[in-house]
Amino acid sequence: MKLQEIANKIDGRVITATNNGSMTYDMAFASDLMSDVLTLQNDNMVLITGLATLQTIRTAEMADINCIIFVRNKKVTAEMVKLASDSGIDIIECRYSMFRTSGLLFQSGLKPVY
Amino acid sequence: MQFEYSIEGGNFSRAGYASSEVKKKLKQLNVDLQVIKRVVVALYEAEVNVVAHAYNGRMEVEIDKDKIKLALVDSGPGIPDIDKAMEEGYSTATPEVREMGFGAGMGLPNIKKNVDVLTINSVVGKGTTVQMITYI
Ligand SMILES: Nc1ncnc2c1ncn2[C@@H]1O[C@H](COP(=O)(O)OP(=O)(O)OP(=O)(O)O)[C@@H](O)[C@H]1O
Ligand SMILES: [Mg+2]
Repeated sequence: MKLQEIANKIDGRVITATNNGSMTYDMAFASDLMSDVLTLQNDNMVLITGLATLQTIRTAEMADINCIIFVRNKKVTAEMVKLASDSGIDIIECRYSMFRTSGLLFQSGLKPVY
Repeated sequence: MQFEYSIEGGNFSRAGYASSEVKKKLKQLNVDLQVIKRVVVALYEAEVNVVAHAYNGRMEVEIDKDKIKLALVDSGPGIPDIDKAMEEGYSTATPEVREMGFGAGMGLPNIKKNVDVLTINSVVGKGTTVQMITYI
């Protein structure tokens, strides 16, 4: 799925889009635990999280995750946007819960990491 | 090639800065992307441990043709029982650290999975040295 398609499914707002949002994603993982995220072997997936800190962006950068969806209406700061843009990470803000967001995207065909 | 970064305990907004710089260097050196990912995930976990559990420290990086040698040397409380600390799920992280998304007790076991050689030395009341070697 393309970034904008993902955003549309969850009534989300695209905050940063790398290469005009041309990346496609077919897998996702939902967690608020950063060291959980760091155990994943996959690249190029979507992270669905309610933890909106600079460390979330750093963790994505280290784990080669290219897209983060912040759920539960969490807002990203200017510093987070800057780091995400520099690292080529797409960001979507969404007001749904983690469960609802995950459910909608699962239904739309995003695959679980495991 | 050898370089060093300093790490501030408790400063979460800077946690990961040094690991990110190392990642950029490894990319410039055209190291295999899978190797880079394993190395920087381990390095980042170790860096966050200094920020989360110690007072201050430094990261030593040594890159050769055949291996990447990384060390995190900190002044801090030390680890009384290293075997216990290596267990998945064991954590003494404070509520502040947990709020940052850390403290699942997964860091050290994950470091072990991602590097070829992991050596931890610790003196209670003084500090900890975590050394990681990856052959390339
Ligand atoms: N540099 C250090 N100084 C002192 N204690 C440490 C250090 N590194 C790890 N520890 C101790 O070992 C425990 C386990 O570390 P580990 O990295 O596995 O988990 P964590 O840091 O608590 O949580 P996570 O890494 O999942 O976010 C820590 O909770 C802490 O008690
Ligand atoms: Mg840790």
